[in-house]
Amino acid sequence: MNRAFLSVENLSVNFPTSDGIVRATSDLSYTLERGQTLGIVGESGSGKSVSSSAILGLHRNTNAQVSGSIWFGGTDLLALSDDEMRERRGKEVAMIFQDPLSALHPYYRVGDQISEAHLAHNRVSKRAARARTIQMLARVGIPQPDRRVDDYPHQFSGGMRQRVMIAMALINDPVLLIADEPTTALDVTVQAQILDLLQDLQQEFDTALVMITHDLGVIAEIADDVLVMYAGRAVEYGSARALLSQPAMPYTWGLIQSIPDVSRSVDLPLRPIPGNPPSLLNQPAGCSFYARCEYSKFVEHNRCATELPELSPVSLGNLKRCHLKEELSVYDAQLAVVETGAH
Amino acid sequence: MATPLLEVKDLVMHFPVKSRSVIARTVGHVKAVDGVSFTVAAGQSLGLVGESGCGKTTTGRLITRLQKPTSGQILFEGRDIAQAGPRVLKPLRREIQMIFQDPYTSLNPRQTVGEIVGAPLVIHKLVPANKRLSHVQELLEVVGLNPEHYNRYPHEFSGGQRQRIGIARALTLQPKLLVADEPVSALDVSIQAQVINLMRDLQREFNIAFLFIAHDLSIVRHFCPEIAVMYLGKIVEKAPREELYEHPKHPYTKALLSAVPNIEQAVLGGRRERIRLSGDVPSPINPPSGCRFRTRCWKAQDICATEEPLLRKIGAGADEAACHFPEQ
Amino acid sequence: MIAFAIRRILVGIVLLLAMVLVVFVLFFAAGNPARDVCGKYCTPEKLANITQVYGYDKPITYQFGQFVQGLAVGRDYPVDDKYREALKKSNPSLVIHCDAPCLGYSLRSAITVNDAIAKYAPVTISIAIYAFIVWIVFGVLFGVIAAVFKGKWLDRVIVGVTLVVYALPTFFVGTFLLQFIAIRWKLFPYPRYVTIADGGVLNWVIGLTLPAMTLALFYMAAYVRITRAFVLESLSEDYIRTARAKGLTERVVLFKHGLRAALTPLLSMAGLDFAALLAGAVITEAVFSYQGLGLLAVTSNRNSDLPILIGLVIVAGAAVLVANIIVDILYALVDPRVRLS
Repeated sequence: MNRAFLSVENLSVNFPTSDGIVRATSDLSYTLERGQTLGIVGESGSGKSVSSSAILGLHRNTNAQVSGSIWFGGTDLLALSDDEMRERRGKEVAMIFQDPLSALHPYYRVGDQISEAHLAHNRVSKRAARARTIQMLARVGIPQPDRRVDDYPHQFSGGMRQRVMIAMALINDPVLLIADEPTTALDVTVQAQILDLLQDLQQEFDTALVMITHDLGVIAEIADDVLVMYAGRAVEYGSARALLSQPAMPYTWGLIQSIPDVSRSVDLPLRPIPGNPPSLLNQPAGCSFYARCEYSKFVEHNRCATELPELSPVSLGNLKRCHLKEELSVYDAQLAVVETGAH
Repeated sequence: MATPLLEVKDLVMHFPVKSRSVIARTVGHVKAVDGVSFTVAAGQSLGLVGESGCGKTTTGRLITRLQKPTSGQILFEGRDIAQAGPRVLKPLRREIQMIFQDPYTSLNPRQTVGEIVGAPLVIHKLVPANKRLSHVQELLEVVGLNPEHYNRYPHEFSGGQRQRIGIARALTLQPKLLVADEPVSALDVSIQAQVINLMRDLQREFNIAFLFIAHDLSIVRHFCPEIAVMYLGKIVEKAPREELYEHPKHPYTKALLSAVPNIEQAVLGGRRERIRLSGDVPSPINPPSGCRFRTRCWKAQDICATEEPLLRKIGAGADEAACHFPEQ
Repeated sequence: MIAFAIRRILVGIVLLLAMVLVVFVLFFAAGNPARDVCGKYCTPEKLANITQVYGYDKPITYQFGQFVQGLAVGRDYPVDDKYREALKKSNPSLVIHCDAPCLGYSLRSAITVNDAIAKYAPVTISIAIYAFIVWIVFGVLFGVIAAVFKGKWLDRVIVGVTLVVYALPTFFVGTFLLQFIAIRWKLFPYPRYVTIADGGVLNWVIGLTLPAMTLALFYMAAYVRITRAFVLESLSEDYIRTARAKGLTERVVLFKHGLRAALTPLLSMAGLDFAALLAGAVITEAVFSYQGLGLLAVTSNRNSDLPILIGLVIVAGAAVLVANIIVDILYALVDPRVRLS
């Protein structure tokens, strides 16, 4: 079978707790090719970080139960031994995290931390590793890299620190890079710089990029494909342009509606999604979005409450996890009629 | 013209920096807020926007007098409270309240929701003890929470609900001015909209003026008819909403707006032209001479280094910008 | 860094003087020191002699000034100048010179406080160092093991045992070690203090073992728990996740990234605990009848030997102060955020 560069198949991650099993991720599948960017969108508790940590094997030796398969470079990462996975971690697959201040060790110089990542996977001298580190720091846009290589993390500004993290992740030329909310803690102008940097680097090295974020704007800017997650499941998946211009799943549509976009009129109040995100402990039998969905009334026999929808194709080639048969715009017309009471 | 509710004139906050030698001396100052002036009319909202280190949070804390300014005037209903003592300030705390950013740490975990929301009533002795509960329950209902939950503790609520509790607490004394410091930044996107709508409704119903401090331009635009942009302790542009977003005059505002990711534009038009700001924000201890933005500004000329541009009206509208070469 | 150290030392000196002042006020301002020193069987002649030698009738500020002078450059006894000059001519052997830093003179024992402390200190210091090494090594070791195996039976056993050991009073442990381990079951030679000069290093160590263990067991129990808590907290930090994501081995992650951050605050605490021990572990020394500072304090108290008590208090306080300074400086050396901001 001709698999994609990265193919996640039916990935599930459960955490047994004293209150029950927390199903952080259920039955997740997606693919990614080199040079492409997949944006994973979701709010807190959606499972986006948990599922991506599974790709790096960060759940090994914890009490997490991981099932499914992650095909990468011809092997199922979940079937590898701990040592085999560790060899790939930080080398072929790398990850950058959200808060660079807490993600870097406060006691060690940044140069040492970056060189450490290089030395862990390459048999070179310390001097060679240091030279490469300085090169990488320059590449990510840190001024005076030969001096700043001996600075400590707290001596950098937020944007510079994130660049350091990117340098550390890329030091071994990974072919797959996972970025977990890399710009959430940064100012918007710095965020723009970092996103530009990531895109430049991706073009240069043909890296596959998984960008995890809650910011649809960021997704719109840089993602080729989008995966929308809710309560641990993929609820919509497909090309970014199609998904964002014509979302098929009510949650995606609700997200877009609730974001005050700089270009939209302000006179209309924002349309938030009512209610709260669901608990991952006792998941309802039917669709997890049912309690907050205003379109569920258009589904016959109340299927939304009892039956979990499968991922089904939509006209533009995307997938949605929803029982609705038509496009949302069809139902919108009916909703408007109901709201205004007009006939 | 009636006296505006809040008028701030040349507000300055300099934090001393102590040297680390044997005897600690003051070697410099962090000029967090360096001469800020604006007005907020009753029942209106002013947005204060900027990136980290621009001084907007400090400004908010100065208005609520959580901090005493180094100099300048804060005129609340005509009275200068900038250097006022605690006796003057206490009754004023009923008029000016604050909503904080982090709903997880700004509520005392050891107090019930009822105690948190009712605390201002106790402190200011406004309502007799037997009436307090009904007052609190009314407030909980106003912010969209179940009034029966007054006996619960903060950790039993979600982030969005906690922020509502914070808002209820701020509303207890029926303030005239609410300073909201990044009230929705810590919340999930779908919840942000709920809280923003709530604040809009409350403003309309109770005629509360807002000083809305945020770094998220899209949200500020939704809430405030007038917006001031701050950079390194100064206001660089102040304009009515539409003017600011459609025709920004100051280069920094322009760069800021172009950096905000925009779904519609991205979906329709691909990667758009972005103004890339070079370099980092300079240190507030030693801001650049003349115009502070000149080190990153693509328009900078000699005069920008020697003469600091003052905030003045540009063109025919109400738009004010502090720039020698404003956009037209 | 140097500026930081100098500043801490200067502050330390000021604190030391303040401490001496407080001690002084405690001992002299309330009550009648001459009467206290005189003791149970006091006669008017004795009282007069004491007052003259110590100068208790002088104003308090004068006494304090003399004391500080003694600390700085040394002083002479008897305190009264005229009396001293007269005594120098008539009976010179009764005039005592006390070298700096002079902590006082004990009329009862006819010895300067410094000499008394110097005589009894080696035992206390030896026990303290020995106990310290044992409790740090094993406390940290078992604490790390408990943290790494958190939740498993090994962790539970370690935590349970430490709780029991921590609850046992020192006199119980000491007496048990002495009566059962040494005397009745003869598992260990009878504890007797032997200086290195007399019996060589090995006998010195053997002699110290049982009392050191008495102390060490208690602290070890505490430090197992503390280490476990620090290590667990350190391992839950974001930079540990980053270290793993880089592909480092678990051993490197644990020791280089995790432990280093956990041990720093731990050693700071340990430094202060060690300093407190230098004041003498009274109960332990009493149980084993070892002539240390703790025992000195007890006997001085029984004999109302005020000068020695004052000296001991100052030495104990100074030890903690110095430890504090050293710990602060060490912390700044290790944590770059403290020394470079």
